[in-house]
Amino acid sequence: MSQKLEVKLTVNGRDYVLSLEPRWTLADVLREHCGLTGTHLGCEHGVCGACTVMIDGQAVRSCLMFAVQAQGKAIVTVEGLAGPGGELHPLQQAFIDHHALQCGFCTPGFLMLAHATLLESPDIDDEALIDILASNLCRCTGYKNILAAVKTAAAVMKARRRQP
Amino acid sequence: MTGASVTAFEKGKTRVFGRSVSRIEDLPLVTGRGRYVADLDFPRQIHMRVVRSEEAHGRIVAIRLDAARAVPGVVAVWTHADIAGLPPIDFRDPAAEALKPYRQPLLAKGVVRYVGEPVAVVLAESPYVAEDAAELVAVEVEALPPLLDAAAPPAAFAPGLSTEALELSQEYGDVAAAFREAHCIVEAELSIGRHSGVPMECRGAIGRYDAAYDVLELWGAAKVPHRNREALARFFGRPSSSVQLHECHVGGGFGIRGELYPEDFLVCAASMRLGCPVKWIEDRREHLIAANHSRQQHHRVRAAVDAEGRILALEDAIFLDQGAYVRTHGARVLDLTLAMLPGPYRVPAFRAVGHFRLTNKTPAATYRAPGRYEGTFVRERLLDAIAARLGLDGVAIRRRNLIASNEMPYARQLTANGHPIILDSGDYAGLLRAALEAFGWEETEARLRERRAAGEFVGAGLSFFLEKSGQGPSDSALVSVDSGGFVEVVTGGASLGQGFETAMAQICAETLGVDYRRVRVVHGQTDRIRFGIGAHASRATVMTGGAVHAAASEVRRKALAQASVLLQAPADELDIVEGRVVRRDAPMGASISLGELSRASGPGRDGAGNGMPGLYSESWFHTEGMAFPYGVHIAVVRVDRATGQVAVERYFVATDVGRAVNPMMVEGQITGGVVQGLGGALYEEFRYDAAGQPLSATFAAYLMPTMREAPKVEVLIAEDAPSPNNPLGIKGVGEGGCTGAGAAIASAIDAAIGRPGAVTALPATPERVLSLLEAARR
Repeated sequence: MSQKLEVKLTVNGRDYVLSLEPRWTLADVLREHCGLTGTHLGCEHGVCGACTVMIDGQAVRSCLMFAVQAQGKAIVTVEGLAGPGGELHPLQQAFIDHHALQCGFCTPGFLMLAHATLLESPDIDDEALIDILASNLCRCTGYKNILAAVKTAAAVMKARRRQP
Repeated sequence: MTGASVTAFEKGKTRVFGRSVSRIEDLPLVTGRGRYVADLDFPRQIHMRVVRSEEAHGRIVAIRLDAARAVPGVVAVWTHADIAGLPPIDFRDPAAEALKPYRQPLLAKGVVRYVGEPVAVVLAESPYVAEDAAELVAVEVEALPPLLDAAAPPAAFAPGLSTEALELSQEYGDVAAAFREAHCIVEAELSIGRHSGVPMECRGAIGRYDAAYDVLELWGAAKVPHRNREALARFFGRPSSSVQLHECHVGGGFGIRGELYPEDFLVCAASMRLGCPVKWIEDRREHLIAANHSRQQHHRVRAAVDAEGRILALEDAIFLDQGAYVRTHGARVLDLTLAMLPGPYRVPAFRAVGHFRLTNKTPAATYRAPGRYEGTFVRERLLDAIAARLGLDGVAIRRRNLIASNEMPYARQLTANGHPIILDSGDYAGLLRAALEAFGWEETEARLRERRAAGEFVGAGLSFFLEKSGQGPSDSALVSVDSGGFVEVVTGGASLGQGFETAMAQICAETLGVDYRRVRVVHGQTDRIRFGIGAHASRATVMTGGAVHAAASEVRRKALAQASVLLQAPADELDIVEGRVVRRDAPMGASISLGELSRASGPGRDGAGNGMPGLYSESWFHTEGMAFPYGVHIAVVRVDRATGQVAVERYFVATDVGRAVNPMMVEGQITGGVVQGLGGALYEEFRYDAAGQPLSATFAAYLMPTMREAPKVEVLIAEDAPSPNNPLGIKGVGEGGCTGAGAAIASAIDAAIGRPGAVTALPATPERVLSLLEAARR
């Protein structure tokens, strides 16, 4: 059980060569071994979604996956959302503008869930978007502003794509 | 004295106070750079795992530790025998002597009293190892019958000690005469379910003892760091100056986070004894069975009313299910329930008796709107019942009983935490009128009647709430300007995500005349300021805001006095705009920056004057009276007759907040509060089986609202009645969104199914609503 394996993880475009126990979850390894503590653990049983990261373009709960399973895949965490010069992603800006966070604990999970969703379905309608965003929990905001922020970001991203 | 005359910032003439500016907290939080306690590590730290009771009630026969101790990487395993010299956890404030025997030991002492009670701790080099070893600790318990119903006859907590730890009562007026002479008596038996704050971040604590300087640090503090410092210092018999608490980012508080629990003391004790930092991070199952529960109460209430529906007297017997021990709050929730029960209404005679009873469940304490969520449900249900009995509508019955604005300030003849309740200001009827108009009550009711006639189960319900906030007595703040013109505000407040930094920065910036983004706000660090009231009971903005205003005013006075010499103009002809002192009559003329003034008045400089160099002030704000926010909740629900599922179609809150520091954040507080309130009204409940086993120990079983269940809450923020009890006129806004939700939802369900008074228990789960529908069919 505690036999370690050498694993290469690619997180936010950077390679991490790590010696990992197979039972360590991806969330724990991102936090403890890669130093990426923006991925939060809210339940560790796959319900709250605070630990959501993007793996090969899909939103994934990193508490339900072992780190060794993520080898060879492109992992993006909330730390990888802003641009190289620190310019905020439209989702991050919209969360600030719409007061879509209070304590901020669930925020990274919502950002990564919304990011993966809008990459896959940029024209998603409200009902489908609510269904997807209803898979994460927030205890502060009452959700209204999270929905407004994601919709605003979707519109900004769409407008940017139209520009040459 | 009207509120408006003491309000410091004139409406419509402010630069940043009262404006919906974006929060200074947000940037690290949206980029993954926040630092919650789990994100913090210290060199050489070890990890603690708690072994918890799996029995609801029983005698500990044996605890076997050998297997756990043999696991490589385990540093120590402790049971109560290893910490027998440490006392049980004391009350934060003085509490009744009778409660003392019911305090919780750090680790179970001979008896276990709830599933989840700490029995042993494993300290190990990694959290995985600690958890492995904890599973090898074998606790042998001889089961005893559990007590699970606080309304059932009390049993023995221990030899000679009843499970009814305390009976509290408050009363005034001639209740017996009122009931004798009443036109009619309306009764109800009502229950509120066991639920709680359940923040998204679980609890966590790191104890760190610095032997070089003999300082004990607790990281992961929240809510009331300064008061917890006093409690820890008393507990360990240390000078409070050698105990420092540090708040990190906090992932939601809601009253339950930041109280001192066994784990907080255990990491401190272990760090001192083992000589290394000790980190404990709770998991979600632990949280749901170990962190404070709340709310569970049973009421037998009745009102004496006259023929017009005026309340003549109110009488209530309350059974509060405290769970297995009495924690840091003592019997506060019960006291607040009694004190706030009459709410915004004229109640000429009143008697309430509260039975504070121990059971074999997780201990309970405060959760957002403690005692008010429960009491508002009970009182507003009773108002609905009176209306139904007399054939009045819900609006008319409330109008008839609301205290009038010309009766303010209104002395209630009741006390909350020993302080007399004197309602400070308010136009209750005016807000009700505004709410009904903004919501479109008449049109909505007409439309709902049509839909009901067409066979739909839809209805609207309304509740009126009264909250309390801004209880003093005092708080302080330090404001200083550095030579670069940046401002630091040091407070003893706490941030739980509510936007505390932004609110304080806005108050400071408005007072001083600087950009709020140049103000850094310190909170939750006991080594930065001597005293701090913390963030609880909607008092941070009122109390700490009052202190920040006082300190910033003093710094402004100093800056203008200094600049008056340099600019050769009387101080009252000067203003501060964007951090520069200018002449009011020539704002584009000669000016001097606050940074330059700070430099010029530094220690040893000519401008230093006598006494205190620099642009700096430590100031206090004191108040005797509380601020009482109030408001109206209106819900429209649709009941699915096949499943009993309740969908909230519309939700509206009107609330008077005195003055809104940041309307966007006020609306955020109200909206979030509503959705938490809906959780307790419809979904959330800590359930137990007959053996006292918790049935709601995961997020698959404890159901919190998601975006799918949450309505788009509409909020009307009123500023009709600024509080005369603080210079900014503020009333706290942390709780009112939650307070009226149970009551409004219950009323709306009644209307939807056409059965007044049907909902007597929260949460109104599909199962319960179905049984109401079936009862209606019979």
